[in-house]
Amino acid sequence: METVRPDKQTPIPSPEQEAHTVPAPASPWKEAFRQLRRNKLAVVGMFIISFFILIAVFAPLLTPHQVSTMNAADRLQGPSADYWFGTDDLGRDIFTRIVYGARISLMVGFFAVTGALIFGSMLGILAGYFGRWVDMLISRVFDIMLAFPSILLAIAIVAILGPSLQNALIAIAIINIPIFGRLVRSKVISIREEEYIMAAKAQGMKSGRILVHHVLPNSMAPIIVQATLGFGTAILEAAALGFLGLGAQPPTPEWGRMLSDARQYITSAPWTVLFPGLSIMLVVLGFNMIGDGLRDALDPKMKH
Amino acid sequence: MTEPVLNVEGLRTHFFTDAGEIPAVDDVSFYINEGEVLGIVGESGCGKSVTSLSVMGLVPNPPGKIIGGTIDFRHSGGKVEDLRRVSGRRMRQIRGNQMAMIFQEPMTSLDPLYKIGYQITEGLRRHTKMNKKEAHRKAVDMLKIVGIPRAEQVATEYPHQLSGGMRQRVMIAMAMACDPELLIADEPTTALDVTIQAQILELMKKLNKEKGTALMLITHDLGVVAEMCDRVVVMYAGKVVEEGDVRTILKHPKHPYTQGLIRSLPKMSEREERLYSIPGTVPKPGSIKDGCRFAARCPHTFDRCVEETPELLPLAEGHACRCFLYDSLEGGGAHDRSTTAEGH
Repeated sequence: METVRPDKQTPIPSPEQEAHTVPAPASPWKEAFRQLRRNKLAVVGMFIISFFILIAVFAPLLTPHQVSTMNAADRLQGPSADYWFGTDDLGRDIFTRIVYGARISLMVGFFAVTGALIFGSMLGILAGYFGRWVDMLISRVFDIMLAFPSILLAIAIVAILGPSLQNALIAIAIINIPIFGRLVRSKVISIREEEYIMAAKAQGMKSGRILVHHVLPNSMAPIIVQATLGFGTAILEAAALGFLGLGAQPPTPEWGRMLSDARQYITSAPWTVLFPGLSIMLVVLGFNMIGDGLRDALDPKMKH
Repeated sequence: MTEPVLNVEGLRTHFFTDAGEIPAVDDVSFYINEGEVLGIVGESGCGKSVTSLSVMGLVPNPPGKIIGGTIDFRHSGGKVEDLRRVSGRRMRQIRGNQMAMIFQEPMTSLDPLYKIGYQITEGLRRHTKMNKKEAHRKAVDMLKIVGIPRAEQVATEYPHQLSGGMRQRVMIAMAMACDPELLIADEPTTALDVTIQAQILELMKKLNKEKGTALMLITHDLGVVAEMCDRVVVMYAGKVVEEGDVRTILKHPKHPYTQGLIRSLPKMSEREERLYSIPGTVPKPGSIKDGCRFAARCPHTFDRCVEETPELLPLAEGHACRCFLYDSLEGGGAHDRSTTAEGH
């Protein structure tokens, strides 16, 4: 026993020896943002997305032509000083349409992700926290939804609701619900077992408060990553629906729609396809780069 | 001093798993007097942690469930409540207020997203009428009491900025903030290195003496028991095998298991090549239906040990032991009692 017995002669607290490692208090979120800024790819991604957000916001100031004004004389013109990105088969300025299209794509991404996030999180929390039959029911519905190829499910939903940009948005939100739902559920289940949740219970906290104050904030990291990546996928899905004629209807300058309208001119007037395609690619790439950066920055294993 | 703060009688906590029903805590009784330090000792898996969680009403359900016994908790006013019978709402009022708990892993027991000060005020604001400012001041005071230097600054820091020892101090500050009558510490020093262990134990002892908080100390470390406890309960495979005051248990252990535990400690006076260890391993709870649960590993096993289940026999004032070795010494009377009590 003597070996383990603490020496009584030791003055009681000498906690100065238990040194502080980090001098300045840094919130875990701020710390993650600092990590993110150090990631070059993520910074590039943020530049790309900021750029698209800016052109979307200031669209009317940047565009030399009207979005839907047709000019039969100038149809299928190549890029020039007047038409920077050329014109399409109806003589509309592609540059103007791309700039206005950014508004549509970012909005679709935003609303589809927000919708999927809200409903997916709610269902995921219910399933993860209450478990048993609630979990069983919600998880099986998710499984069924995920059993379909997502674009097929989106097409089916739009076919029921009728083709329009708004319905495409709703369809994209719906098909993304199980992705967020499963993520939140698994995170809630693992966080629920953390010792600090037990400690919060031992403090007499109500389960609702524990859920909102401890479980949810600690589950945020992968959800934020997924939301960022989801932005990219949602834009891509919207473009796909637009391409199939199930999303935005003419004359809306939606990138996917522009692609599909221009596809017969791919050899004769490649700029009609190039610029919408490039825009979709850049935006999706930007979101994916930020998402990957966030994943690294928020990964608990990367800390210290 | 005579009235127990906590009196547990016949506690049974079982786990219902796919592999069947596992009696993790099987008919466990003990009490803790006001201001007393009770040690609960045993190997991993003997049910000591489940016992503490049962008292707190925090047994994960499913799969765990308390299926029998009473847990009488006496409030400072003298009112006694059976914690098994109170509502969930009432239990939450008691938890963290009259009865607090600290855990084994200080590294994971604090929420990484909140500042230290906030985490202490959370409990204070739940259980007292303090406003934000008062609670924060109290939190800083608590940090000072538990010996954290630069308490004001530490209150604004995040858990990852503190060392393990500091975090355990914070956990103690959190637990003690509402001045509980009973503090349950589940292996509070196991995850810390030896010098910090000593400091944390000193701190808990100091708080126990100064505030009169009864302490239920769960540990597998007999060194900690010798240093801290007034009385000891030794558990083996879900049952209490011996209980008594700390001197009796450490100097004159009666149960062969307790004897084995003490023998297996390294001694400064002797230089042995190998430490003594109790042969065999802890049986899976519920695997032994009849007979003494320690029989397979006991050096004194005889026929009766595998045929009958021994009862906890009082040997002297406040000293009891679950072993037939002492039953036979007392003669037939004790024998009758044990068999009738078993109710075969």
